[in-house]
Amino acid sequence: MKEIVVISGKGGTGKTCITASFAYLGGKDIVVADCDVDAADMHLLLHPDFGKSEDFYSGVIAKIDQDKCTGCGECADVCRFNAIPVIDGQYTVKPLNCEGCGYCARICPTDAITMEEQNVGEWYISTTKAGNSMVHARLGIGAENSGKLVTKVKNIAKDIAERTNKNYVLIDGSPGIGCPVVASLSGANFVVLITEPTVSGLHDLKRVYQLVKKFNIKAGCIINKSDLNPQLSDQIVEYLINESIVHIASLPYDETFTEAMTIGQTIVEYDKNNLKTILTESWEKIIQLNENGRKTK
Amino acid sequence: MKIAIASGKGGTGKTTLATNLASYLAEKNKVVLVDLDVEEPNSGLFITGKPVRTETKYKMIPQWEQDKCTPCGLCQEVCNFNAIIQLSNQIMVFPELCHSCFACSELCPTSALPMIPQKMGVLKHLRQGKLSFVENRLEIGQEHAVPLISQTNEYVNKYFSDGLIKLYDAPPGTSCPVIEATKEADFVILVTEPTPFGLHDLKLAVDTMKALKKQFGVVINRYGIGNDDVLDFCRKENIPILAKIPNDRRIAELYSCGELIYQKFPRVKEQLKNIEDYILELKNRATQ
Repeated sequence: MKEIVVISGKGGTGKTCITASFAYLGGKDIVVADCDVDAADMHLLLHPDFGKSEDFYSGVIAKIDQDKCTGCGECADVCRFNAIPVIDGQYTVKPLNCEGCGYCARICPTDAITMEEQNVGEWYISTTKAGNSMVHARLGIGAENSGKLVTKVKNIAKDIAERTNKNYVLIDGSPGIGCPVVASLSGANFVVLITEPTVSGLHDLKRVYQLVKKFNIKAGCIINKSDLNPQLSDQIVEYLINESIVHIASLPYDETFTEAMTIGQTIVEYDKNNLKTILTESWEKIIQLNENGRKTK
Repeated sequence: MKIAIASGKGGTGKTTLATNLASYLAEKNKVVLVDLDVEEPNSGLFITGKPVRTETKYKMIPQWEQDKCTPCGLCQEVCNFNAIIQLSNQIMVFPELCHSCFACSELCPTSALPMIPQKMGVLKHLRQGKLSFVENRLEIGQEHAVPLISQTNEYVNKYFSDGLIKLYDAPPGTSCPVIEATKEADFVILVTEPTPFGLHDLKLAVDTMKALKKQFGVVINRYGIGNDDVLDFCRKENIPILAKIPNDRRIAELYSCGELIYQKFPRVKEQLKNIEDYILELKNRATQ
């Protein structure tokens, strides 16, 4: 079983639309994980049935029992996150500031502080309209630990793939280079980078690929909206060659992406212009790259 | 006056709006543009200026001093983030998991874990005419954006007076980095696009801003594609729509080169004027 992660560094490059198309093409043979838990959108294209859901608890935050509190202020002194201001004469925890380190609870002389588990979201196991098993989640507002929820979603998807003898888990990652991205990369076998020929697209591609390199994962790249700036597209291709990243495909700038999304379809279902052909070939190429990898191992 | 520019979904045009609005406002006013998307800072690709200051930013992490260690195991026990592991007589620190809470260091009975600085990012401050620009870039491999965002805010509060217009380009999403980037703002502009993804993520962003009790308005980018659901949603929820930036491939082409748009597109400039009017009225009301 192999994990294929799709990331982009920059948001809005078409990552989710392309991943959903691959999911549609892979159908029953693959398990899909939407690890962009911050702004999970893939369900809008794959229409999962939200078959099973469960609350996600992660991390703790401090709670002060005012009956036991003597107001000594030691908790506020040790807190590095300014999470315990005095409000109306009482030491009070600001939940959005609390990191859950538990230092305050440990040093409180009257044991007035307890650390309580936080419900930070929900995760689901579904079946999509394409027949995939899909694991997805919804993160609570301002929640910490999106990295942990990503790991959870990924692990459940891997479990399902192993139990049902599927060869691939396809993962939609989140933008950026921080903890949720790190969580989605760890343990992955192949990374698909989606970029666009804009100065921001290339800048962010380079940053996120530096991160991928730290994990030693083989990568391929799809250049979306490639004709928007042909000169920059060429620069990206050159970068890919220098870094030994496989250039999987280039897609044209095409508002079909939006048209398909507006009626809740993947691009391959909507099937306009030649996007379906390019994406089908791209998916076959990705599978091939992974099959080859397996033989050499 | 602090105005944060945020969005649930990535790639909706936060940076485009932030850089164009900042440059436009700076034609008449003193403006500070702060890029708080420390993971992928892009505003600096569109703004140039003379360097004012560059600072390396650090986070504090514990460093084990073997000769002082007993080893009692308290550090491992107090760490809620699994950043310290004890293996027989050895203590291992995992800096990327450390939240810099200082508990292990200060509770260690033999002071064997002093806190030392580790490079977390680089802050740059530029100036061009009335526009100042501050960005902070997270080191690759550092996972926590929040401490760097908060250090950026501290820098801006230290060097710029409250009277200026301060624009903050926030990271995408709704989790901790976004909260950190918007929590000090007097007003939040949510940028979206009129598509199902745009609407879905706008709703998350709206819920987040309501939870933070923020005043906010919406800017619709790529107006003309997709459908009217975002408009309908804003009307129903009584959310002010500050501007509609038209969908135009030529705008995307200009953006792709790292250029500002409003000077070449009068229609975009008109929309920025609408936002300016809105902001200045808010500012007047705040000072009255």
